Amino acid sequence: MLTISPELQAKIVAHARADHPDEACGVIAGPAGSDRPQRFIPMLNAERSPTFYRFDSMEQLRVWREMDERGEEPVVIYHSHTATQAYPSRTDISYASEPGAHYVVVSTRDPDQVEFRSFRIVDGLVTEEEVQVAGGDREREPGVE
Amino acid sequence: MAIEVRIPTILRTYTAGAKSVEGSGATLGEVLGDLESRHHGLRDRLVDDAGLRRFVNVYLNDEDVRFLGGLETPVADGDTVTVLPAVAGGGS
Repeated sequence: MLTISPELQAKIVAHARADHPDEACGVIAGPAGSDRPQRFIPMLNAERSPTFYRFDSMEQLRVWREMDERGEEPVVIYHSHTATQAYPSRTDISYASEPGAHYVVVSTRDPDQVEFRSFRIVDGLVTEEEVQVAGGDREREPGVE
Repeated sequence: MAIEVRIPTILRTYTAGAKSVEGSGATLGEVLGDLESRHHGLRDRLVDDAGLRRFVNVYLNDEDVRFLGGLETPVADGDTVTVLPAVAGGGS
C-alpha cells in the first residue's frame, strides 16, 4: 500500500496537468527504509514527449546524490500518461529499475477525471496496490479504468 | 590504480550487496572488464555489443560518459564511476 499526503498527491496531479500533453515525471523522496514519501522533486522529462519520458541524466545524478547525502531514497517514482490509462505500459515495465519504489502513474487523458494509481514493478511483474491518502477525508483513491 | 565504482540497488546482487566496489584500468571499458572478473554478470547489465546499454547511465565523477568517450573514456586513480539505471518509460 502507498500512503501519501493529500498535498503530495495534489502536487503530482498538478505537475501532470501542467505538462500535458507531454508526459511529466518526478520523484518523492523519503527517509531510507521509512516507506514515507515526503520531499517532492519534479524532474525534467528529457524526451519532452507525449508518449515517452526519461529523467535527464545530469539532473538524475544530482538528485540521486542529494538523496544519498540526506539518507533518503526514491519512495515514489511518478509519471503521467496523457492519452492512455494509468497503468504501467510495456516500456514502463521493461525499464523499471527501483524494486523498492512505488511506481505512481497518473493519467491526464480526461481533463475532469483524476486517475492516480500505484504499482510495484519487480522483475517485470506488476502488482497494483492500494493508495491511502492520509490526513484527508478521502481514505482511498480508487483507480479508474 | 583504484577506481571507485558505485553500484545501484538493483545491481547489488552482483556485488554481494556492496554499494561500491573498486576496479582498475586505464579506460572505463577496462575497469568494467576488471570488475567482471570478480563480479560475474555485472558487465552484461551495463554493456552490449553496441557499447553502453541505452538505459543505463554511467558517470565519471560529475559527467555522463556519453558526453565523454563512452567505454573509451580515460579514467585515473581516485576517479569515481557512478552507475544509475535510467528512469524511463511512457504511455505507448
